[in-house]
Amino acid sequence: MSTSAIKEQWFGNLKGDILSGIVVALALIPEAIAFSIIAGVDPMVGLYASFCISLVIAFVGGRPGMISGATGAMALVMITLVAEHGIEYLLATTILTGILQVLFGTFKLARFMKFIPRSVMVGFVNALGILIFTSQLQHFENESWVIYALVGLTLAIIYLFPLISKSIPSTLVAIVVVSAIAISMNMGVRTVGDMGELTQTLPLFALPSIPLTFETLMIIFPYALALTIVGLLESLLTAAIVDDMTDTESNKNKESRGQGIANIVTGFFGGMGGCAMIGQSVINVKSGGNGRLSSLVAGVTLMFLIIALGGVVVQIPMAALAGVMIMVSIGTFDWSSVRNLHKVPVSDGAVMVVTVLTVVLTHNLAYGVLAGVVLSMIFFAVKISKVRVLSLYVNKGTKRIYYVQGQLFFASVTDFLSEIEFKDSVDEVEIDLSDSHLWDDSAIGALDNVESKFLQNGIQVKFIGLNGESSRLLNRLGGVSKNSGH
Amino acid sequence: MFKRILLATDGSEHSQRAIDETIKMVTPYKDQVTIDLVYAVDGETSKSDVLKYGDAQTATIKRKEKFLPTIQSIEAQEIDADIILLHGNPAETIIEYANEHDYDCVVVGSRGRNKFQTLILGSVSHKLVKYVQAPVIVVK
Repeated sequence: MSTSAIKEQWFGNLKGDILSGIVVALALIPEAIAFSIIAGVDPMVGLYASFCISLVIAFVGGRPGMISGATGAMALVMITLVAEHGIEYLLATTILTGILQVLFGTFKLARFMKFIPRSVMVGFVNALGILIFTSQLQHFENESWVIYALVGLTLAIIYLFPLISKSIPSTLVAIVVVSAIAISMNMGVRTVGDMGELTQTLPLFALPSIPLTFETLMIIFPYALALTIVGLLESLLTAAIVDDMTDTESNKNKESRGQGIANIVTGFFGGMGGCAMIGQSVINVKSGGNGRLSSLVAGVTLMFLIIALGGVVVQIPMAALAGVMIMVSIGTFDWSSVRNLHKVPVSDGAVMVVTVLTVVLTHNLAYGVLAGVVLSMIFFAVKISKVRVLSLYVNKGTKRIYYVQGQLFFASVTDFLSEIEFKDSVDEVEIDLSDSHLWDDSAIGALDNVESKFLQNGIQVKFIGLNGESSRLLNRLGGVSKNSGH
Repeated sequence: MFKRILLATDGSEHSQRAIDETIKMVTPYKDQVTIDLVYAVDGETSKSDVLKYGDAQTATIKRKEKFLPTIQSIEAQEIDADIILLHGNPAETIIEYANEHDYDCVVVGSRGRNKFQTLILGSVSHKLVKYVQAPVIVVK
């Protein structure tokens, strides 16, 4: 890339990027803390992750203007790993995730993302929204009405404050107001400080202290793979959204590699794995940010605020964070997909619902994506395997012509064969394949089968109308070559 | 005479009314008129469209397709028409676009999709009237 292009990506939008970066940092703090709590680690792990990732991605990302950090999607995958093996294994997993993502980007695998159908993507974000919401319910258990009131107040401020001013993030206003009320009235509700220590220092480089054995790898590899898929899925989706919002293009493979580098770095500096954030990126672009500087400013401002104001942050009531997370879950959910559920094809709707249900039951977004992709493939194979065979008699009933419409491949040959009447009182049969296509060995086998069965009954068969690719396949596999004509 | 007309639309019935009224207005001299429809894609729309269509390019093509019948219906009246897609806050981007280009007037419907949105989001037409330099026609 030329130096002028690099300069443009960094300094082309100085004022917009700095201001939006600050706005994003303010919105990132509560989310980073809340996502740490979802994953079951200290708030600092999420804060360090958001700091390291947004800093690194500013330099190595492929989509300027996109914001990355600790995310709910990644946190949800980590829960059982942290619960069973602890933080050190999480850091190692984060580094392995980064390595896998770098490989993904280096081998330019972003194009394979197109094999993930739209309905699976919609199911993915819906499931994410539901899981973020349900992860907040624990904060209401065995609590008094005070918690409900504080969460309600938080949500009211978040949704109503934009009517007064849009320049200050309403989530921040909500947190400040609710914290001030809880502290001044000495309510004694649970705070961020109760969830873990907030160290007001910069992250330090350290190797995860885990045994470097094959057994360790077997523990962390499945999680790393799930995190890789989930992280890239959300990152590339977010990149496409930012592409659209800014009407510019981005390098998806560079972004995949960048996400990987960012995760490797964050793992060595005590942060949990992260990825791009749809909500924060939308906030960034809406606030005027579109360059690399915005991500850098967001990361640096976040760390500065924690170091300067850590003592205040620990007093934020959990109720306020729960309110913010409920807002995030509502914003993540794709409501139009539910409104239009009766309009989309039944198979698409089913794939979406199955993706959501799988995630909600397994608490693993990667399983949901897998289930959705497999189900979509089955639906596709079923849809495309429908073959129509029409026939008519000509030459006073001595010749029968079959018209085949549809794709001939392993899943459709049985239907095709069952439509053909082998014990017929004709002398000649013509099979017109001009509206069909032969795809595989099974298709060629079926034609061979047709020919030999007719010959057994003393009927001549002629195949006509094969398209170029189909007849090349036929020749290559050495099927019914002697009778095939065009 | 208003010859180069920018018409802000959000694809709703109200904007269709604005289109119908504009056609009525220019019919006497329609062979000299160009109507540029302008549609602003905001952040939320970007998000749901990209989710629906997979990537930004497809989303753009689909949006253009969505406005094709409208363009054709205007062209059926023998008036030149085109669609312009902008990205960002609808009021801000449309104002900027209108002021950077040479239009004789800007037409906009008075209300958006529903009353609730008008209340929450603030009225685009109000901002257009205030900040667009060319004459603005608000179609009620």
